[in-house]
Amino acid sequence: MSGHSSYQPQNRLLRWFEARLPVGWLIHSSFVAYPTPRNLNYWWTFGGILSFMLTVQIVTGVVLTMHFTPTATQAFDSVEHIMRDVNYGWLLRYLHANGGSMFFLAVYIHMFRGLYYGSYKEPREVLWILGVIIFFLMMASAFMGYVLPWGQMSFWAATVITNLFSAIPIFGKGITEWLWGGYAVDNPTLQRFFSLHYLLPFMIAGVVVLHVWALHVVGQNNPTGIDVKSDKDTVPFTPYATAKDGFALVCFLILLAWFVFYIPNYLSHPDNYIPANPLQTPPHIVPEWYFLPYYAILRAIPSKLIGVIALFASIAVLAFLPWLDTSKVRSARYRPLFRQFFWIFVICCIGLGYLGSKQPEGLYVIAARILTAYYFLYFLVILPVLGLIERPKAVPASISEAVLPKGGAPVAAGAAAPDRNG
Amino acid sequence: MRRIVFAASLAALAAAVPAAAIAAEVPTPLRQSWSFAGPFGTFDRAQLQRGFKVYREVCAACHGLKLVAFHALAQPGGPGFTEAQAKQIASEFRIQDGPSDRGEMFERLGRLSDMIPSPDPNEQAARARLNGALPPDLSVIAKARGYDVGFPRFITDAFLQYQEAGVDYIFAYLTGYENAPAGVTLPETQFWNKYFAGQRTAMRPPIQKDQVEYTDGTPQTVEQYSRDVAAFLMWATEPHLEARKRIGFQVMIFLLVFAGLMYFTKKKVWAAAH
Ligand code: HEC
Ligand code: HEM
Repeated sequence: MSGHSSYQPQNRLLRWFEARLPVGWLIHSSFVAYPTPRNLNYWWTFGGILSFMLTVQIVTGVVLTMHFTPTATQAFDSVEHIMRDVNYGWLLRYLHANGGSMFFLAVYIHMFRGLYYGSYKEPREVLWILGVIIFFLMMASAFMGYVLPWGQMSFWAATVITNLFSAIPIFGKGITEWLWGGYAVDNPTLQRFFSLHYLLPFMIAGVVVLHVWALHVVGQNNPTGIDVKSDKDTVPFTPYATAKDGFALVCFLILLAWFVFYIPNYLSHPDNYIPANPLQTPPHIVPEWYFLPYYAILRAIPSKLIGVIALFASIAVLAFLPWLDTSKVRSARYRPLFRQFFWIFVICCIGLGYLGSKQPEGLYVIAARILTAYYFLYFLVILPVLGLIERPKAVPASISEAVLPKGGAPVAAGAAAPDRNG
Repeated sequence: MRRIVFAASLAALAAAVPAAAIAAEVPTPLRQSWSFAGPFGTFDRAQLQRGFKVYREVCAACHGLKLVAFHALAQPGGPGFTEAQAKQIASEFRIQDGPSDRGEMFERLGRLSDMIPSPDPNEQAARARLNGALPPDLSVIAKARGYDVGFPRFITDAFLQYQEAGVDYIFAYLTGYENAPAGVTLPETQFWNKYFAGQRTAMRPPIQKDQVEYTDGTPQTVEQYSRDVAAFLMWATEPHLEARKRIGFQVMIFLLVFAGLMYFTKKKVWAAAH
């Protein structure tokens, strides 16, 4: 990022173009020369994986749209038409449906990475908040995508979620009917969801550009959480990060392929292969797995209005995290107490996911309440207080000091160091 | 507090019992061994042809396959009928078509491009004929049914590639008829099936021993019929299953080799770190 002069194309035509619009410089400085901390571990490869998955969703989505009919009478059959009669239609659709799930898996890992290593702290607040916005848009996108095949779960998930807005005092009913475009979830709802489902991913792509821009202004965090101090602390993006990200991406694709080719319906609910029927409520209405923790929070609270508020608050609270965490030390590596609460938080989120898939009755409700309480306490009480009372371990003076052996020549030793940390 | 909630949920449960009347716990369907399971699974053509025969001679009286085209019967990875055979089969069905140039609907013989028709023109007609019950279209039935496998199976199944919950359920349902337990009297139109949710199904036991003739010496038992028709319905649900698994294996090999190369590339690159 050090000025236009660092990139000079050999080719004359390119030089001519570069002088008028320095695209080459932009790419070179962002993805080639860009200095990355030398100690990044594999948890740092998920950003690249996410960019790739967004592209996969957009490409498969655009082609699916060529064959999909967004009307209440034909949506279900047109999805099956894609599965049966379109060349490799089954592949496109299974890629898109499972790609959505893997997208969420990656984003959750990416976010927990940020929580663990304190990546949200100064000076990365804006970067973090842009991430929260992306996450919110992804949730909206995926929810509306799930409605499109117009199966029983599509229809009833749409009904349950849009009905949440009816909890708003006075205006609730009006807002809900406005969202539906009628007096119930019906054809107009499907059509507008389709329109938005097509639009939102491109908005996500736009925010991703801002997210990466913000990243390149402040630089990447790293497992030690300390700032880059000298050139010895970094390696250029290419070939170092590209090679590592590439390897991680291929491994991730193996996981995706496992789902797409061998267990394509493992993550979906059988009821969504029953065409939508407004007269018949399924015995259990459950969302896709990646929404289960939020669904558990929603249902843990007896009052509908407060439940809805808690649901939105559970995501919104993330945006305030840079100011809720009072500790100056970023990485959990040097925060022994924080580390324990962090892992309890991870288990709490998985537990909420499990409870979201169960009927809200008996002990399940009690457990969901306890975990919901911990979810909010973690952000609103534990993080603010911990920063004040915790005594962090000694932080190394620099990244290179932390990862390169003392006094040794950094040449070969530096090479293996990042893996030791990963 | 906990005791109160627990007591309250017990009370709620007790209140719910009369409504559900006597409904025994639905047993978990047994896992059958299917030729199409696992990473290299393929359909057994002879079984699909037998299953189709059962469908046509028995189930088609009530259930349609409106998303399955006749030409699919001759498609690779399916029951393996020749195109001539599929054409012949299609022509044995009557298809509503129209309007003609005189503005009238008419019936004609089926063609390869037609879908396997439903026996009733609409839901109301089906219900009127069958005492109010609605037989579902079976085109995607093997994906539209399943059962809760529970913890920890739902995790191990992801590694074992278990995707046959639907077809296991169909087999269990077709073979799950029993006499109603003592104390339960069912109306004429209901039948006790231990695998059906609520145990009272409106489908009369559809098939008897020796009802469909098998020419290849396969035993003509209810169990065998059920197995064959369930396999056929799995194919109807996932007609490209074989191609999916075959391509999947190629993709996996490619990705594994690619991952290996990437791993060594990455190692080499980082070994040269300054
Ligand atoms: C006389 C009409 C009739 C015939 C013949 C018939 N069925 Fe059914 N079937 C029904 C009805 C009615 C239902 C709905 C049952 C209910 O909802 O209780 C049904 C339901 C089903 C279901 C869904 C069960 C569930 O879990 O909801 C399957 C699967 C099924 N039939 C398969 C078959 C197969 C396979 C055959 C041929 C061997 C067959 N049926 C023959 C009338 C029939
Ligand atoms: C943020 C990225 C995206 C996510 C998370 C996402 C998610 C989903 C999900 C979960 C479904 C339901 C799949 C199913 O159960 O069948 C779906 C369906 C669909 N999506 Fe997307 N999607 C994304 C981007 C796109 C884009 C960019 C397009 C079009 C340009 C698109 C077009 C479609 C279509 C046509 C369907 C209906 C067909 C089907 O159900 O398979 N999607 N999407």
